[in-house]
Amino acid sequence: MTKHRFDHNRYSPSYIRGILRDAKTIAIVGASANDVRPSFFVLKYLIEKGYEVYPINPSMAGKSALGREFYASLADVPVAIDMVDVFRGGDAVQGIVDEALQLSPLPKVIWMQLGVRNDEAAQKAEAKGINVVMNRCPKMEYGKHSGEWQWIGGNTGLISSKKQKLHSSGRVQSLGI
Amino acid sequence: MSEEDYGFDTRAIHAGAQPDPATGARATPIYQTTSFVFDDTQHAADLFALRSFGNIYTRIMNPTQAVLESKVASLEGGTAAVACASGHAAQFLVFHLLMQPGDEFVAASQLYGGSINQFNHSFKSFNWKVVWANADKPRSFEKAITKKTKAIFIESIANPGGKVTDLAAIAEIARENKIPLIVDNTLATPYLCRPFEHGADIVVHSLTKFMGGHGNSMGGVIVDGGTFNWSEQAGKYPLLSEPNASYNGMVLSETFGNIAFAIGARVLGLRDFGPAISPTNAFNILTGMETLSLRMQRHCDSTLKVAKWLNKNDAVSWVSYAGLKKDPYHKLQKRYAPKGAGAVFTFGLNGGYDMGVKVVSNVELFSHLANVGDTRSLIIHPASTTHSQLSAAQLLKAGAGPEVVRLSIGLEDPADLIADLDQAIKA
Ligand SMILES: Cc1ncc(COP(=O)(O)O)c(C=O)c1O
Repeated sequence: MTKHRFDHNRYSPSYIRGILRDAKTIAIVGASANDVRPSFFVLKYLIEKGYEVYPINPSMAGKSALGREFYASLADVPVAIDMVDVFRGGDAVQGIVDEALQLSPLPKVIWMQLGVRNDEAAQKAEAKGINVVMNRCPKMEYGKHSGEWQWIGGNTGLISSKKQKLHSSGRVQSLGI
Repeated sequence: MSEEDYGFDTRAIHAGAQPDPATGARATPIYQTTSFVFDDTQHAADLFALRSFGNIYTRIMNPTQAVLESKVASLEGGTAAVACASGHAAQFLVFHLLMQPGDEFVAASQLYGGSINQFNHSFKSFNWKVVWANADKPRSFEKAITKKTKAIFIESIANPGGKVTDLAAIAEIARENKIPLIVDNTLATPYLCRPFEHGADIVVHSLTKFMGGHGNSMGGVIVDGGTFNWSEQAGKYPLLSEPNASYNGMVLSETFGNIAFAIGARVLGLRDFGPAISPTNAFNILTGMETLSLRMQRHCDSTLKVAKWLNKNDAVSWVSYAGLKKDPYHKLQKRYAPKGAGAVFTFGLNGGYDMGVKVVSNVELFSHLANVGDTRSLIIHPASTTHSQLSAAQLLKAGAGPEVVRLSIGLEDPADLIADLDQAIKA
């Protein structure tokens, strides 16, 4: 099966929405326990949205934050990972993607954070049937699809005349799925 | 379907305005409240630390205001927007994020007179220095740039002369010098011109004018293009790229990526200086924006009729309207605002200052007041009002000499407007 080559400059809303809807387990490589770091924000947000999140950071292995234990590497995570969120830039990306491609089963999605893009690594992953997102933040994208992004004056890129749906917690809006 | 696939009019009505989850109200409700209850202390802490999305206090954000912001961001093609009390407040919040004491910015001298005042005089108190350049000569911006220059500021269509600025040429100079280009798009609105498509990094508006369009509510907005890299030059934009002490060392550009500027204007600017837009004004402006394209097209079409009529009138020495074929700015208008040249323009009367005063005093239908962008047609003599604080030389530079009358053409029947000007000139 030849995989459709994506335009990584412009993802369709249904592509992103599908990824955020189907993923249950997410490993964040480069997660931080420092509560002013962006990777901590994303960790916290994805946990609140009900994902089973596995923070990866060798310097934090064995410790935990927000009730989630840190692992030293992707291979140490005890469950099948649906989505690998790469919170490291530059040279580190290729190695993280290579590690992800060694996992069994393979992750369904490799997601590189806002500001992170590596087309070579992306093509490798896509060749194995993995969906890739680059230069995006899953918190921001979830926020756009749930409508929360609009609360801070953000351009969601989405229009609907349907009533927005409340998250089961009552606190935050859900993807409406 | 992605919003980018929807047309401008669909977005003017729907962008940012999905029915709310609690009541299903179809029109955007006016959330006339100062504050919002927290779920618990953790929720409150998360909101204050910017870890969670959510409302705290209307000085910083409000759900009615948020609809307005998202809508403007969509129409301009930006990543996010922040609404505030007025156009001038928007300009202040923009420069607060960019400038440190002793810094400079370069601005076109062809600007709204109030902006010239703000930059020349009030900004001095902060030791922010404006250096003036000539919008007709993009190279003059380059010459004015020094190591201390933090931004370039221009108007897309300049008030009062209706002159169109060569956005792409000036954007190129900003890019080469790694400083953001700020464009005041008030007179054009995104219906006529979208500065981000020509290389702008930040767009500001006085929403008081055509965006609201009904002369009933003050408002301003800052739109983040998401294009400028605030952390590329270490220490150049410290509020955006360095740890912020009031947020426990958070770095805005790192945490908020391509909406960092908009977030900064909200969580530092609105939070600490306080020029919030009222929810009711946000609602009034939103309602106006739903018909933006219909109104702007009619504004432009009627203005062209009035300008053509004035151009043939013996009492009139010149008409400065880029929509006229022989106007020196017509080529730029065709490039940057092809649907129309806006509805604000100036003309000169042979009778000079006295004739200007006479026409302004004798009109019946035109309102003599200091505003533009109303459903009603407006007239003013800039030299004695909006621009009266300027020196004679500045008046000429700003296109507001003693014989100059400025019109803002409304949505009345153009034949009635022409008849009114005719009787005022002949009286
Ligand atoms: C081009 C332009 N920019 C800014 C402003 C200032 O806006 P406000 O009056 O909403 O503060 C005006 C007001 O006339 C304007 O015409």
